[in-house]
Amino acid sequence: MIQEGSMIQEGSMATDIAAPVQRTPLVEMRDISIAFGGIKAVDGVTVDLRPGEVVGLLGHNGAGKSTLIKILSGAYRPDSGEIYVNGEKADISMPRDAKKYGIETIYQTLALADNIDAAGNIFLGREVRTPFGTLDDATMEAETRKVMARLNPHFRRFKEPVKALSGGQRQSVAIARAIYFNARVLIMDEPTAALGPAETKQVADLVLQLKKEGIGIFLISHDIHDVFGLADRVSVMKNGKLVGSANVSDVTQDEVLGMIILGKCPPGATPGPGAG
Amino acid sequence: MTAPVAATAPPSTSSGSLLSKLEIDSRMIGMLAALAVIWIGFDVLSGGVFLTPRNLWNLSVQTASVAIMSTGMVLIIVTRNIDLSVGAILGVVGMIIGVVQVQWLPAYLGFESWLTAPIAVLVAITVGGLIGLFQGWLIAYLAIPSFIVTLGGLLVWRGAAWWVTAGQTIAPMDTRFKAFGGGVEGALGATATWIIAALACGAIVVALGLSRRRRVRFGFPVRPGWADAVIAAIACGAVLGAAAVMNAYPMPTGTARAWAEARGIAWPSGGLFIPQGVALPVLIAVVVGLVMTFLATRLRFGRYVFAIGGNPEAAELSGINTRWTLMKVFGLMGVLCGIAACISTARLNAATNAAGTLDELYVIASAVIGGTSLAGGVGTVAGAMLGALVMQSLQSGMVLLGVDTPLQNIVVGAVLVLAVWVDGVYRRRIK
Ligand SMILES: Nc1ncnc2c1ncn2[C@@H]1O[C@H](COP(=O)(O)OP(=O)(O)OP(=O)(O)O)[C@@H](O)[C@H]1O
Ligand SMILES: [Mg+2]
Repeated sequence: MIQEGSMIQEGSMATDIAAPVQRTPLVEMRDISIAFGGIKAVDGVTVDLRPGEVVGLLGHNGAGKSTLIKILSGAYRPDSGEIYVNGEKADISMPRDAKKYGIETIYQTLALADNIDAAGNIFLGREVRTPFGTLDDATMEAETRKVMARLNPHFRRFKEPVKALSGGQRQSVAIARAIYFNARVLIMDEPTAALGPAETKQVADLVLQLKKEGIGIFLISHDIHDVFGLADRVSVMKNGKLVGSANVSDVTQDEVLGMIILGKCPPGATPGPGAG
Repeated sequence: MTAPVAATAPPSTSSGSLLSKLEIDSRMIGMLAALAVIWIGFDVLSGGVFLTPRNLWNLSVQTASVAIMSTGMVLIIVTRNIDLSVGAILGVVGMIIGVVQVQWLPAYLGFESWLTAPIAVLVAITVGGLIGLFQGWLIAYLAIPSFIVTLGGLLVWRGAAWWVTAGQTIAPMDTRFKAFGGGVEGALGATATWIIAALACGAIVVALGLSRRRRVRFGFPVRPGWADAVIAAIACGAVLGAAAVMNAYPMPTGTARAWAEARGIAWPSGGLFIPQGVALPVLIAVVVGLVMTFLATRLRFGRYVFAIGGNPEAAELSGINTRWTLMKVFGLMGVLCGIAACISTARLNAATNAAGTLDELYVIASAVIGGTSLAGGVGTVAGAMLGALVMQSLQSGMVLLGVDTPLQNIVVGAVLVLAVWVDGVYRRRIK
């Protein structure tokens, strides 16, 4: 159960960055819709993600970004639409299913149990156990120290419930939980919202490294510069609908801002149902 | 992902106060201090009657039933739920095992069969567990608030307790079964008590040693060696002290004489000092406490229970089967009610449909006095059991002083509120 590291065999990855477009999508969400009461939070959205690719999901507050990725991570069941993993239809009805497909999520709310320490949170639901079936806290703490050393080298508060941690430290724990287990698809919902510049830089480096390892990443962020620096493509949502998707090389930041604010699809982008 | 930085050698524990060196929960110390104040206070007021082996022995037996149930209530409250039905479950299970051993089993096994007691216990645990699981299912899968389900349960099971025999009391119980109530049948005697105490001391030392070795092997900070030694000494001292107190309480003359006669021992003119030793219900309570602590802290189940209490959404998102976990917690509570029913029924030597009345309040109060947060996510089994001891000490002490029952209730109620206030102040101070 303990995988020390390199979650994906490296090897054929060198070419991915140059030409990610040719491969079968790692994940494809087709025509996804979900409504809460009367509100159509996500309405006919199609997005995809290829190995070693970073796709930025953009949109104003309440556009439906978090809801869309929560469908992918198994937190919500869509009202309609399909999810394909490696070209095959995937049945994701609970968080455990998503994890089986190697889809790991850093939630916007972090989803940490405040009364439990960092190791307890990182291994929550996937505890390491001794041969007697008891919790192997020592091993979990040791692994936690390793993964945290990479994300937040100054972190020392391994024994305290995460309630006692700062916002940035809590975010590091949430990131550690997502990257520790052989993720093939990583969903990052505002992963750097509470981080300082140094830690943000660390997360950016991490994203680039994971990308090199062939992991596909959905990156949700409000900082359009961040997204342009890291993403290969962007998909923009507005009022639950997809405005359009584009390679970052084909559009300018201003054009993407126009997509977010006005829902206007520029010539370099592929328009979606929400383009107006 | 290949970690570029190896796990950095953690610094050894920073210098701090004595308590932080010992890594002892300071709240536990506070509770022990409160208990000491209560005990010494009553001892002074009662003219030295409270802190006698006889009184302490009785106190231990009286605490057992509520203490056992409080260990389950901790887990329930930790998951942000409540169980108001524990006293009523105890009542109905007590009636059922009364009927089983007095009316049903004798028809097949005859009276006083050695099988009667084990079967009665099995029935108690099964029925209690099933009732708990059923309530847990309503709460977890049908999403009915636990307050409502168990409030309904309080009425339903209390009514069912009456229904079993249309209100008739059933007595007496099987002789072997009566051992669960303590008393002469259930006192283990001096030798067994010392053996158990010695085993417990051995276990304490081994457990501390193992946990220390493990931390050293992983290069984690460990507390200084002398601190471990002090902890071991205090814990073993407490165990041996308790054993000594239990053994210092002799059987009353009449029972001792019967005991001697049964064994063909001549009755000397000065009487015989036959130590009672630890009572079976107390031993059961201690074992339940250890098992529940193990469940809560060493197993995945316990981790999930606390995760659900800390953040139900996070628990769900991490793939925990929160509903099944919750249902199990209530099932466990039912099992503990079954065990408590055996103890109360045996102690009373009768099954009455009023058994366990108001126990839900004492059990919840024990858990809360013991530091369980009603907001969920926080609580310890040991704290709840200590809470039960505090409550029972207050009550026994007041009985000893001849305080009227209404005034007893007023004091216990006030102490509950006071304890929660003090705890809240303390929590805010350290956070
Ligand atoms: N559980 C829910 N119940 C009811 N409505 C919901 C729920 N979750 C989301 N919504 C609604 O769905 C819409 C989309 O919300 P969502 O959280 O996906 O937005 P977002 O794009 O992530 O916004 P932000 O940038 O603020 O995080 C909002 O109108 C929100 O009120
Ligand atoms: Mg969001």
